[in-house]
Amino acid sequence: MLRHLISAADLTRDDAVQILDTAEEMARVADRPIKKLPTLRGRTVVNLFFEDSTRTRISFEAAEKRLSADVINFSAKGSSVSKGESLKDTAQTLEAMGVDAVVIRHGASGAPYRLATSGWIDAAVINAGDGTHQHPTQALLDAFTLRRRLVGHDTGLGRDLAGKRVVIVGDILHSRVARSNVDLLHTLGAEVVLVAPPTLLPVGVTNWPCEVSYDLDSALAKCDAVMMLRVQRERMNAAFFPTEREYSRRYGLDGDRMAKLPEHAIVMHPGPMVRGMEITAQVADSPRCTAIEQVANGVSIRMAVLYLLLGGNESAA
Amino acid sequence: MDANQQTDAARPVLEGPDIARVLTRIAHEIVERAKGADDVVLLGIPTRGVFLARRLAEKLQQITGRPVPVGSLDITMYRDDLRMRPARAIGRTEIPADGVDGRLVVLVDDVLFSGRTIRAALDALGDIGRPRAVQLAVLVDRGHRELPIRADYVGKNLPTSLREAVKVQLAEEDGRDAVLLGVREAAPAGER
Repeated sequence: MLRHLISAADLTRDDAVQILDTAEEMARVADRPIKKLPTLRGRTVVNLFFEDSTRTRISFEAAEKRLSADVINFSAKGSSVSKGESLKDTAQTLEAMGVDAVVIRHGASGAPYRLATSGWIDAAVINAGDGTHQHPTQALLDAFTLRRRLVGHDTGLGRDLAGKRVVIVGDILHSRVARSNVDLLHTLGAEVVLVAPPTLLPVGVTNWPCEVSYDLDSALAKCDAVMMLRVQRERMNAAFFPTEREYSRRYGLDGDRMAKLPEHAIVMHPGPMVRGMEITAQVADSPRCTAIEQVANGVSIRMAVLYLLLGGNESAA
Repeated sequence: MDANQQTDAARPVLEGPDIARVLTRIAHEIVERAKGADDVVLLGIPTRGVFLARRLAEKLQQITGRPVPVGSLDITMYRDDLRMRPARAIGRTEIPADGVDGRLVVLVDDVLFSGRTIRAALDALGDIGRPRAVQLAVLVDRGHRELPIRADYVGKNLPTSLREAVKVQLAEEDGRDAVLLGVREAAPAGER
């Protein structure tokens, strides 16, 4: 197992399957009267959030607390960062406090990598989303949701997603979720199809291990899951499509499009959803939409990652 | 190569029929001490404790004529030596549908050694419910306790030196039933 989790591309198939299997056991803790394990007692984890987040931060915090870690929350607003403190100084402050792991979300792609490899701190670094680069725990929880729904809770143990076809639709250009998912789903043996207007596809996307299409309807006909992405207005500095209505008509998922999906196929969304834009309320509220399930699975996945990175001691091997 | 060396050096202490007899005796002891075993729940500690618990449950059913709830209790997350080794894979915890509250829980493991596994199991059990009482059944007690813990039902007391290794093999996992006594290289998986 790795010491840090920076990118979904760093995980081997066996690493990923081990995380999913561990998460399956962690999920069972949520069904118990006492939803807490003593595993990380005495360990300190800092949630270092330079960017806004609701679900990821709460999910990490819940996972840390269920494993009995001491949790310190840090958000850039109201901290010394707004006074001009650098990442290095913030990191060294945390190091001086004796932190065992840092969960970092940062607007700049590569900030977690810098933190992990700079020698500023000894702690394990977990990337909770950096710029438009990576969001590995999101990809893991998506893979976990896919495996549970398409393969089965118990029958899925030890297995990957070989042969499953996943369509990812929307703002691929700005999406770290899409990048992480392409890497991880490919590692797990699934086929990935990206669907987006040409303006929302990054340069070099043809070199990614996936197919690319501009036509949503034909991609939907043959797939096991469709993952809708939010259009990230806050990262857009130009006009990427004429109007929201046009985007929504060509790349949004509504009831009619959902009806064209194969019967077993699921609809995923990493959240936050913009109802009426990439997904209609009818689809978002349907039983085929796993958005809420993904949130619950996120806690299990993050518990598994924290346990595997912090629970043991690699140097004692 | 290591495996061969161990098999060559290891001496069987219990063979298949011995293990079957021992489990039958333990099943009778449980029925006797629990006065009919009405409220018994068997919880095996992965990996081999689970197979032993299932075999005991079968024997109890033959004796009492009633099915006995059986499950598994993984203790990995409760170990006291987590930080001394790399993170390990987590086993399955499966609690019977009726839970353990107010029942007589019999923990089942293959080898009783330092007692630390059982300490962890008691902690894990405390997070799952409140049994009426907890008892412990082991196939082999090899001594060298590091905690004030003892077994209620023992298949075989096996005085050992710390240099020796006790290895339990069960058909479900290893293809045959045996308890082997050999020379310790590193700590084998079967004993703690």
